[in-house]
Amino acid sequence: MPIPGSHSAGGLLQGSGRRIRWLSGWQWVVLLIALLVLMPLSVLFLAWLEPAWDIWRHLQQTLLSRLLLNTFQLLIGVSIGTLLLGVGLAWLTGACDFPGRRHFSWTLLLPLAMPTYVLAFVFLGLFDFSGPVQTQLRTWFGPGVWLPEMRSAGGVILVMTLALYPYIYLLSRNAFRTQGKRALEAAQSLSCSPMAGFFRVVLPMARPWIAGGTALVLMEVLADFGAVSIFNYDTFTTGIYKAWFGFFSLPAAAQLSSLLVVLVFGLIVLEQKLRKRMRFSQSRLTPQAERIQLHGWSKWGATAACSAVLGIAFVLPTLQLLRWTLSIFHQEFNRRYLDLLGHSLQLGLSAALLIVTVALLIVYSGRRHNDRLTRLLIRISTLGYALPGTVLAVGIFIPLAGLDNLLIDLARSLFGIEMRPLLQGTVFVMLLAYLIRFMAAGFKSIDSAMHRVTDNIDEASRLMGLRGLRLLWRIYLPMLRGGIFTALTLIFVDVMKEMPITLMTRPFGWDTLAVKIYELTSEGEWERAALPALTLLLSGLIPIVLLMRGTDD
Amino acid sequence: MSKFLGEFMVTLLVFAMLLPAVASADELVIYSARKEHLIQPLIDIYSAETGTSISFVTDKEGPLLQRLKAEGKNTHADLLITVDAGNLWHAASEGILQPISSAILEKNIPAHLRDPEGYWFGLSERARTIVYSTERVKPAELSSYEALGEKQWQKRLLLRTSKKVYNQSLIAMLIAEHGQKETEQIVRAWVGNLAASPFSSDTKLMEAILAGQGDVGIVNTYYFGRLQKKIPELKLALFWPNQKTGGVHVNVSGAGVTRYAKNPVGAIKFLEWLSSEKAQNLFADANMEYPVNPQVKAHPFVTAWGTFSPSTQNLADAGRLQSDAIMLMDRAGYR
Amino acid sequence: MSGTNSPILELNAISQAYDNQLVVKDLSLTLEAGEIGCLLGASGCGKTTVLRTIAGFEPLLQGEIQIAGEVVSCSGKMLSPAKRRIGMVFQDYALFPHLTIFDNVAFGLRGIGRVESLRRVNEALELVGLYAEHKKYPHEISGGQQQRVALARALAPRPALLLMDEPFSNLDVSLRERLSMEVRDILKENGTTALFVTHNQYEAFAVADRIGVMAGGEILQWDSAHNLYHQPVSPRVARFVGEGELIAGVISAAGELTTGLGLLRGNLDDTRPIGSTVQLLVRPEDVVHNDESLLKAEVLRRNFRGASILYHLLLQSGDRVQALVPSHCDHQPGEKIGILPDVRHLVTFPCLPGDGCS
Repeated sequence: MPIPGSHSAGGLLQGSGRRIRWLSGWQWVVLLIALLVLMPLSVLFLAWLEPAWDIWRHLQQTLLSRLLLNTFQLLIGVSIGTLLLGVGLAWLTGACDFPGRRHFSWTLLLPLAMPTYVLAFVFLGLFDFSGPVQTQLRTWFGPGVWLPEMRSAGGVILVMTLALYPYIYLLSRNAFRTQGKRALEAAQSLSCSPMAGFFRVVLPMARPWIAGGTALVLMEVLADFGAVSIFNYDTFTTGIYKAWFGFFSLPAAAQLSSLLVVLVFGLIVLEQKLRKRMRFSQSRLTPQAERIQLHGWSKWGATAACSAVLGIAFVLPTLQLLRWTLSIFHQEFNRRYLDLLGHSLQLGLSAALLIVTVALLIVYSGRRHNDRLTRLLIRISTLGYALPGTVLAVGIFIPLAGLDNLLIDLARSLFGIEMRPLLQGTVFVMLLAYLIRFMAAGFKSIDSAMHRVTDNIDEASRLMGLRGLRLLWRIYLPMLRGGIFTALTLIFVDVMKEMPITLMTRPFGWDTLAVKIYELTSEGEWERAALPALTLLLSGLIPIVLLMRGTDD
Repeated sequence: MSKFLGEFMVTLLVFAMLLPAVASADELVIYSARKEHLIQPLIDIYSAETGTSISFVTDKEGPLLQRLKAEGKNTHADLLITVDAGNLWHAASEGILQPISSAILEKNIPAHLRDPEGYWFGLSERARTIVYSTERVKPAELSSYEALGEKQWQKRLLLRTSKKVYNQSLIAMLIAEHGQKETEQIVRAWVGNLAASPFSSDTKLMEAILAGQGDVGIVNTYYFGRLQKKIPELKLALFWPNQKTGGVHVNVSGAGVTRYAKNPVGAIKFLEWLSSEKAQNLFADANMEYPVNPQVKAHPFVTAWGTFSPSTQNLADAGRLQSDAIMLMDRAGYR
Repeated sequence: MSGTNSPILELNAISQAYDNQLVVKDLSLTLEAGEIGCLLGASGCGKTTVLRTIAGFEPLLQGEIQIAGEVVSCSGKMLSPAKRRIGMVFQDYALFPHLTIFDNVAFGLRGIGRVESLRRVNEALELVGLYAEHKKYPHEISGGQQQRVALARALAPRPALLLMDEPFSNLDVSLRERLSMEVRDILKENGTTALFVTHNQYEAFAVADRIGVMAGGEILQWDSAHNLYHQPVSPRVARFVGEGELIAGVISAAGELTTGLGLLRGNLDDTRPIGSTVQLLVRPEDVVHNDESLLKAEVLRRNFRGASILYHLLLQSGDRVQALVPSHCDHQPGEKIGILPDVRHLVTFPCLPGDGCS
């Protein structure tokens, strides 16, 4: 029992403290990350304080309409393409059964390991006018034969569709797996033909997942720079580059970027609207619902369709990369290459570990504090995935350089010390940018695993006296192991593939495979880019194979 | 799990050690937009000769410039090496470089290949000229850049993307020669003659000519050289246009001392060495370019393409008119 | 349309196999218009397969299925489920989570015009008492409400036949009992012909007019609840339906049986000769507790059920019986209590080797 006098004195302070409601330690972590995400965003929007009117006038007169048109054309084309492929294949492997289904269900994810820019140059190498395919066709049918132009809107859409469909495939396959054939049967019992049932029930039921996958795809499309520059196809990102590196106007680039950010956030809001109120509870009884047996031609048609997509999106480009690699291996496989590989691996691994640690803290504090403020902060903390890499690199570099200069000036005027920049040109900047960009990947994997830790488990452990870090360590970590592993692999692959952030923020001597590919492809040296590209592909494959091996029945 | 944490702590420690980069007095730091494999051999030789330790970072010119700007007076960099006069001019106008005067540099490098005020110096020269299919084009049909807009080249011309600075400089120099209005007409005529949408690289452009997608194009000489090395019986040839008028468009890769260089003396020394007869061949030959130093002969492989009279307009114009050129190409619909 | 006299559902000797293993053997049954039928059996007995075959989700191996006089399945023919005029309530309800309650119920109503469709949805929702919830989504209502929505959805298109697969198994016990009676009332009010499957006999008793006890892919008995309980056709049915024990007895005279419970007289349909040994079904309510009775039995176990206690008793003859006794008569295991037999129907079965009576 406290002494009454001291209690009343302390009580006053406590009382006022309680009214202010200081954030707890966990919430501070989230607040910090949220501020980190807001920093580059505010830098971009603050750029409007000095609008670059002359450049805007020029853009408006010449490029802007085409940029917008091209960007929307790409968004629409790629979403139609990825929806058809992703949803179609997901439904086949998720809800049906046909020869080879087990293998396809995970091999169809393999294109995930293929960066869009790699697929872009391989496809151009194969299918452009001077490539082997069209050359062969011309020798067969004469030089006048009409062949599709690969370097066109259609070509970019094709490449992006093949590279990005796995996002939709992965998410909607899970939806279809739990849905099984039950929903379709229910529709049939209500006088729906199977076809009508598919469109009235099966698809709409998977809509939240499909919408989620599509949103991811569209963000990738908006963020892509590598593939569209290989195709010389003007989009918003190339517009930003042009404003920045052509007109040397960082404000104009930042202003264009902020528009792109608005576009992306519009997309997010739209997606949220689509999912609103539809927290579809999964069927409780049948986590692995019975599959639809395909018969006759439809059975072999399914096998053929899966093989075709896999062949075009993965096998063929991989073989081409192999062929090119073999032709240049003796001259390209050297110490320099091993250095690059080492950097890529090191960066991927350390970014993955860093992000997963921070994601764990965020997930845990979201669990501890389920109030509106924390939810909002978490939402902001994971928004970075919507920021295209280039945009993010600018947004983070400017304030950090400013901070460095401030520190150096302070050191000089206060202590008379000449200091070197602390942050610029260090891995720290790069990791920070990765942290912002890929936080969502880490957060989502771990957060969904966290849902497995029920409130009862939580309470049972508390009854046994586990609190704070010990609770995190003894109960949460072991139970979240699967989610953590998923997060680690996803981030690892993403960072290995990442191009613009790495290109722009890497310190001395930190070139990576992705940087090398950019340099080589911008000079049309596709054969030489094949070795690093193949390496990225392989390292991307390992986690995917590990990840997928255990998931399917 | 504890193993996982342990590994993580080790990684963090490694980064903590990476953080402070300590500078030594005799160190030279270079930001280079010229590819690593072109510059590394020279640095190795120079380091061996003088004992200077040189570290460098390569990147695209845009990010490098941006980085120098952001780093301001706290930059590491002493020297900026980049390709294209446009970029050099921009670096100078952005206040990233400092003017230097060096008798050696002024002697070794012709006036039109360096900045009049000494902000930057060309170190190697390349020509951006016409390439044609030896199967479908007779050299007699060709005359000038401007003539590529004529009717006879309809659906036969191939160009690289207007986003590439080489084309921006070419157009800038055309503007300097003809003025905006006429240049825009020329570019419009080019665009009208295109056989395919612009390519992302000179190499792909030439491969397309080989495959028959078009018959003529405009490329940098060293790209032609690289392809020729790969395919000795190349059915392409270079044509030197505008020999009776302004001359072939040339450009440089060059360098300038940064405004806040910590070791400007070392940077100038290195520059002077690069312009010397000894280094010039190495610098130029590595990329099949022409040495800027008139005392040095180009590699025989390069001289085999023939001799030409280059444009002697000062390259600073390329930089000065670069954004005009970009806007002009945008207006003309040249992607 | 068929005449009023023809059955709504007719299964003629249907067989069904999975992986070359017969799961339904030569099964036949008929349901008249307005009747509620039930297939009762343990899991794996093939009852759900029969239901799914009727719905048209599974092909038929042999036999023939008619719905409202039309052959919908026979070997070589299979009408698609959408054309069978059936409604189905699934075990997990299979409500469409992306649609509101209203839209779920309206799902099967097409080609009848907006006004009629609206009227029928309202009617169906009124019928199940959920009109107030029609704007909500399935995950926003309780399990019992979901079940009723599933029923309304299946009834709204006015199917010729309603099929229900374990319709109450997802509900808790108290709700199950209430809802099963409600469902019967709704179906009867609507005049719906329905067939459902369950493993729970009390559900079957509460809802169905006719019940088929299934085991090993066959119907052992197709009868009313009363007859199943009181006149089971085989020991298997007797054991499956209701509680009780089989004890040995000898026919001592016409309508007389000598057993461990003493001499029993009653309705004995057994035509076996006097002196034959038979098995007698003794239900718990057939044994009455009476402290004054000379017939004593030892309490082995007791199962307190609130109003009554179910005693497992050991007779002096070594037979075991059960007795349902008002719960104020409280006895502990080991005690000997007096009992009296009160058997009205003497249900006997032949004594086969291995039945434990000899």
